[in-house]
Amino acid sequence: MKRKECKIKRRCTHFWLWMLLAAMIFSPASALCGSVESNDPIKITLHDWSGQLITSHLMGDILESMGYRIKYVTADYIAQFAGLESGDLHLAMEIWETTGKQAMLKSLATGKTEDLGETGLFAKEEWWYPAYMKEQCPDLPDWKALNKYVKVFAAPETAPKGRYLCAPVTWGGFDEERVKALGLDYEVVHAGTDAALFAELTSAYQRKAPILLWVYTPHWVPIKYKGEWIQFPKYTDECYEDPTWGGNPEMTHDCGKPEGWIKKVAWAGLKDKWPGAYKAIKAFHIENKEMGEMIARIDLDGEKLEDVVADYLKTHEAVWKEWIK
Amino acid sequence: MGANEICSFAGFYKTPPVPFAPISCPAAEPDAESIEEMVEMEPVDRSAPLIRAWRRIWSELKSAPVTRWIWVAVLMTWVTTRFIDPPWMAVYPEDWVLPFKDLLNRLMDWLINDLSFGVFTFKEMTRSVAWLLEWPMTWALGIFATGVDIATGGGQMLHIPHLPWIAVVGVAAILGHAGKGWNLALLAGSAFLYLAVFGQWESAMMTLAAILISVAIGALVGLAIGIVTAGSRRIEAWVLPLLDLMQTVPVFAYLIPILFLFGFGPVSAMIATIIYATPPMVRCTMLGLRATPPEIIESGQMIGCTRRQLLWKVKIPAAMSELMVGLNQVIMLSLNMVIIASMIGAGGLGYDVLAALRRLKIGAGLESGIAIVVMAIALDRLSQAFACKAPVNLRDATFLKRHAHSLLAVAVILGGYALGMIFPVLMNYPETWEVTTGPFWDGMIKFININCYDQLEWIRSGLLLTLLMPFKRFLIGLPWLGVIMALGLVAYRLKGFKLAGLVVALAGFIAVTGFWEKAMITVYLCGIGVMLSTVIGLIIGVWAAKSNSMSRVINIILDTLQTLPSFVYLMPVVMLFRVGDVSALIAIVAYAVVPAIRYTVHGILNVPATVREAAVVSGCTPYQTFWKVELPLALPDIMLGINQTVMLALSMVVITALVGTRDLGQEVYIALTRADNGLGLTAGLGVAFIATITDRLIQAWTESRRSHLGAA
Repeated sequence: MKRKECKIKRRCTHFWLWMLLAAMIFSPASALCGSVESNDPIKITLHDWSGQLITSHLMGDILESMGYRIKYVTADYIAQFAGLESGDLHLAMEIWETTGKQAMLKSLATGKTEDLGETGLFAKEEWWYPAYMKEQCPDLPDWKALNKYVKVFAAPETAPKGRYLCAPVTWGGFDEERVKALGLDYEVVHAGTDAALFAELTSAYQRKAPILLWVYTPHWVPIKYKGEWIQFPKYTDECYEDPTWGGNPEMTHDCGKPEGWIKKVAWAGLKDKWPGAYKAIKAFHIENKEMGEMIARIDLDGEKLEDVVADYLKTHEAVWKEWIK
Repeated sequence: MGANEICSFAGFYKTPPVPFAPISCPAAEPDAESIEEMVEMEPVDRSAPLIRAWRRIWSELKSAPVTRWIWVAVLMTWVTTRFIDPPWMAVYPEDWVLPFKDLLNRLMDWLINDLSFGVFTFKEMTRSVAWLLEWPMTWALGIFATGVDIATGGGQMLHIPHLPWIAVVGVAAILGHAGKGWNLALLAGSAFLYLAVFGQWESAMMTLAAILISVAIGALVGLAIGIVTAGSRRIEAWVLPLLDLMQTVPVFAYLIPILFLFGFGPVSAMIATIIYATPPMVRCTMLGLRATPPEIIESGQMIGCTRRQLLWKVKIPAAMSELMVGLNQVIMLSLNMVIIASMIGAGGLGYDVLAALRRLKIGAGLESGIAIVVMAIALDRLSQAFACKAPVNLRDATFLKRHAHSLLAVAVILGGYALGMIFPVLMNYPETWEVTTGPFWDGMIKFININCYDQLEWIRSGLLLTLLMPFKRFLIGLPWLGVIMALGLVAYRLKGFKLAGLVVALAGFIAVTGFWEKAMITVYLCGIGVMLSTVIGLIIGVWAAKSNSMSRVINIILDTLQTLPSFVYLMPVVMLFRVGDVSALIAIVAYAVVPAIRYTVHGILNVPATVREAAVVSGCTPYQTFWKVELPLALPDIMLGINQTVMLALSMVVITALVGTRDLGQEVYIALTRADNGLGLTAGLGVAFIATITDRLIQAWTESRRSHLGAA
């Protein structure tokens, strides 16, 4: 008796397994149709700053209008290169010269990724202070005046040195070296994340308290808060490599930070798999000013990303139609 | 949460928190007197006087209480720093650092690029696993969040919309009713209604879908491993340390290898979640299966069950309540992973929290965070209700009665769809009905910031200058060799050579891999965090144990602290306390204080009423009753709580790296952003080893303390 019951049970389980298999076969199937080279989705990486989300979605929407399928994948800024090389990911819209250059060059050298040119955006990052500090420190933004105001920028735990709030360690930036080379009496304190960095700025701004920190653009911060960049000796490649260059003959990094391009990088196979998309991506171009406006609308006015992107595509139709010709 | 710590929510210790050890004296350690007797009985010692003196000291020491050992250890470390000169004893020389990370890196490269099983490579294998896991994931997402597209041939797509919100709320309430009646139905229903009203529905459903799938897979895998492990001591010896590692190595450390092997996207996030959340299921399965009463097994054997029948029809049903506890733990731990998972491609509430905080919309971040808490509480209460539910015999009931709840659920879903077609508002919750409290919170933080900053700044610099910085300097100044030796000695005294060997090996690993100073900074932050948590935990715990209404309030706060992503309160804390160690400390304490409070309550409530009465009868004042009777008796439990506190504090190490600490967590984080497998895993192991050392020492101490109390 028992045996028989078991057998029936087992058949039941088999029935369910078959059902499952059937369900899998009829599951969310890949789309069809369209006049594009391949129906596989192009995977665009997303990071966690609004500017990057905007460029990615602009590109994505344009490609979709051409008939391509797009899949957005959240990935880490540096870790994504591994995915781009293996073909897991296909397109990264924003690689900054200031933060991602080394990783990008390393990846390009493998031959598995391809540089698709500049986005037209221009990255700048440097020491920055809010405009209200001008009253207490009239001689800024000249870097030579920094040591004069050490007391203003000092915190109990850094005293007698001033406190300079730096970006996360992982972003590089050589500020420890800069402080030493330029003989600044400041202690470099690293925030762990971009959010923490600007949380402190927001707090200080609300109280009109002294603060000296790393700011970059395009970003909502220099749009929302008025302030100025410290003016260091201008960056050149020699300054970072040749100690004799610049005011301090013994040390490198006695200058400001490099400013630079923001580039699109893609999986090397993209060119052959989706040639039409490849062309459009290469042609993509946008200005800092337009970008800044969009960032402000999203981060400051709280508008939805999709709406802002759609709006831009509508008003600039003539521009991007050129790219996909 | 709550009473479910049988398998412990971090699942760390192996024995359930029994309030008292059996009264009989365990044979573990001979007590002080017997050793002294043995020494005295020794035949005349003819060895050199120096050796004799040493033996004498040794025997003295052997019988001394642990506290004295610790003093000796401290003295030794001090002496090594002061009088023994070679600098290598103080600071581990860089030339001696073993290239462990490079080794790991090479190993990973080999795994990813070269390892092949002939027909297919290792990477192809992991990728096919990822492909398999993607199916249920896409389905769940489709059902709950995005809708399902089905190809019907001829280029037509049939779009089945996602579950209407009204149906999900209804099903949650029905589940609640099935579990524990109307109260729970109300709670579960309103929790899900909250998600809709506060505009979190879409993200919440994405999170729910991901959680359900990873919980299902995690529970099945855990069950399978647990069954295998319960059957064999030899396998157990391998599996248990592995489980410890899975729970103590920070998730960030193994994210990169996972990304390499399983590709970018939600599946990798799911695998990371499963690795983190499965261990309690394994432990609970083992516990449950091993605890099956022999009578039941014997009766099963008498009926003539095969081994398979014995397992599936006898042992597993008997262990059901433990299994359900395990399931509950898996759910809670999976919810803890929501934020981290969203960093590598899982959308949902975690992503909303991160995105909001990047814009410093603290109120919006808090709302998404609270949505996670609400979901966690609903899922927790539901799974607990089913865990505690007594089986009801419905064999003779009618079909309708037996399946009342499931039938009703099906009806609600179908009805929901039908109504949703007619009234679209029941399908997608309309945006105009949504409520937000975001601006209120932003305003509050701003108000505190402007009006109370001076006081807060005063607290901050006070803490930094008087407590944090001196302690940090002290710990970093300790010589590594001395610390390792001291740890070894204490371990030896507590439990003999085996533990001492383990502790020395683990601490040695940290030194040898060149992470000593970072490890000390970790110990410094977590140490102070644990101290503060313990003090706060004792005070609040005692208070809650004495007052019923208080304990109810505290329970809600604790549930929130445990499930609210720490990211949510980290940013306001940074606004008020700036980037640095104080912010990190606050984050650690907020998270790690939970077990300290819970176990204190547990310990004090478990003091037998008879003992308390005896104290009162013998004329103790309330003050004396508390200090001389209740507290000492509750101490073993409190120590277990502190053990958990240490584990949680260490698990926060990676999170605090986000506000700029310079410890092992920072190394793990750097490794993540540089995609450096070796660095991440090595630093991660460092964190895990600190956790293991503390855990083993505290456990050994608690054991000896318990047997002492039992004997007394």
